[in-house]
Amino acid sequence: MDRPLRLIASNPVDALARTVEALLVVASQPLTLDELAEATADGTERIETALGLLRERYSEGRSGIVLQKVAGGYAFGAAREAAAACACLFERPVERGMSQAALETLAIVAYLGPVSRPEIAGIRGVAADSAVASLVERGLIAEAGRESVPGGAVRYRVTALFERVFGLESLAALPRLDDIGEDQAAIRDRLLEVAEARAS
Amino acid sequence: MASAVRDLELDLDAFEGPFDLLLTLLLKDAIQPSEIDMAGIVVAFVERLAERDELDLDACGEFLVLIAALLELKARHLFPDEEAELSELEPEEAAEELARRLAEYRRMKHAAVWLRERLDERRDLYFRLGPAPLAPTPERRLAQQEPLRLVEAIRGLAVEPPHVSISHLALRFPPVSQFVERFRAVLVRRRRFDFDAEVQGLSRVEQAVAFLALLELRKEGEIAISQAAPFAPIRISRADDAISRSDDGRMLQWTARSA
Repeated sequence: MDRPLRLIASNPVDALARTVEALLVVASQPLTLDELAEATADGTERIETALGLLRERYSEGRSGIVLQKVAGGYAFGAAREAAAACACLFERPVERGMSQAALETLAIVAYLGPVSRPEIAGIRGVAADSAVASLVERGLIAEAGRESVPGGAVRYRVTALFERVFGLESLAALPRLDDIGEDQAAIRDRLLEVAEARAS
Repeated sequence: MASAVRDLELDLDAFEGPFDLLLTLLLKDAIQPSEIDMAGIVVAFVERLAERDELDLDACGEFLVLIAALLELKARHLFPDEEAELSELEPEEAAEELARRLAEYRRMKHAAVWLRERLDERRDLYFRLGPAPLAPTPERRLAQQEPLRLVEAIRGLAVEPPHVSISHLALRFPPVSQFVERFRAVLVRRRRFDFDAEVQGLSRVEQAVAFLALLELRKEGEIAISQAAPFAPIRISRADDAISRSDDGRMLQWTARSA
């Protein structure tokens, strides 16, 4: 006789964990704590406990599926050991062929967004039209209103997909950029040296 | 400026609105020419032209002049005279400004390197990528209903409305034959008469029926009808009398004229 699979037999949130597990299997985007609590009509604390159980079960080395905390929510992904098999069947269209220009543009939008194309071009020193269009097409950035002047330029921000692709719980998880104070001073000194050399 | 150019609606990344507003903002330096997608403007204008059946050469000429001027403006802005710009700054200030820009760009290059490394780290991680499943449509909940009130409302609507009399609108048409006989009797007594004088005092409807009787008599060839001028009195005479006058060469051909 078949017996139902019991996640952790003695845990009081066993049934809740199974429901959360089912929701995460159906979802194609990360589900937040609030969304899980609303769907299960349960409290967020009990949801967190259930997610703890699931994380224990769905982890690298124990399962082909891994529970990830990403983009402000929770989602299932494939374990690394299954990567080769996944690569045979599935593309990675979001990351494929990402150019250096696109990555620099993405970094500017992630750190300074919402930001417009002219502002991006001002920092990079070259037009950002194609890089922005490419990132929008990949779904990594999206329009976020316009500058607050008549006929203002479109502004862009990164999307939840960006956080998921780069494995970030939120934008706050972006690393703090190195203190560039010394860099700036060094650059200035070199420029002055060059200027003096030309003058002499 | 031709209207087709002035009213051209633009939806560019750096600007959204009519073309003339864009020109105004550019002239006031509220928008940098380098931020404007000139090809987008040209495409918008060509699409506007395609919507119209005929080619507006005046508008095309105006547009070419304006877009050429804008292109020159943008080119000058994109490739400024750097030496002249630097000459306005002290060497230390110029170096400071350049250093600030380079440092900002370098920070973003570092961030891009970090993103690249992050992508490489996660190269082996696959996840489901697709649109979110449709959320169920929320069930529509109605407030407590009272069927008897609905019955009362329908009953009120089902009552036959009171009859409205339209008797005052009824038109009474006397028979045409009545006037035919009347005019025949008149012509027995007199050789001719004026229509207006004969129907004076009758209602408009009766006058209309009387005129129909005239036409009927004319069709039968019993009378001749004449009118010296539009709105002049209509004169009716016996047909045989009119023929005799025609023989004398004095008969006036009756011509129906519309008022």
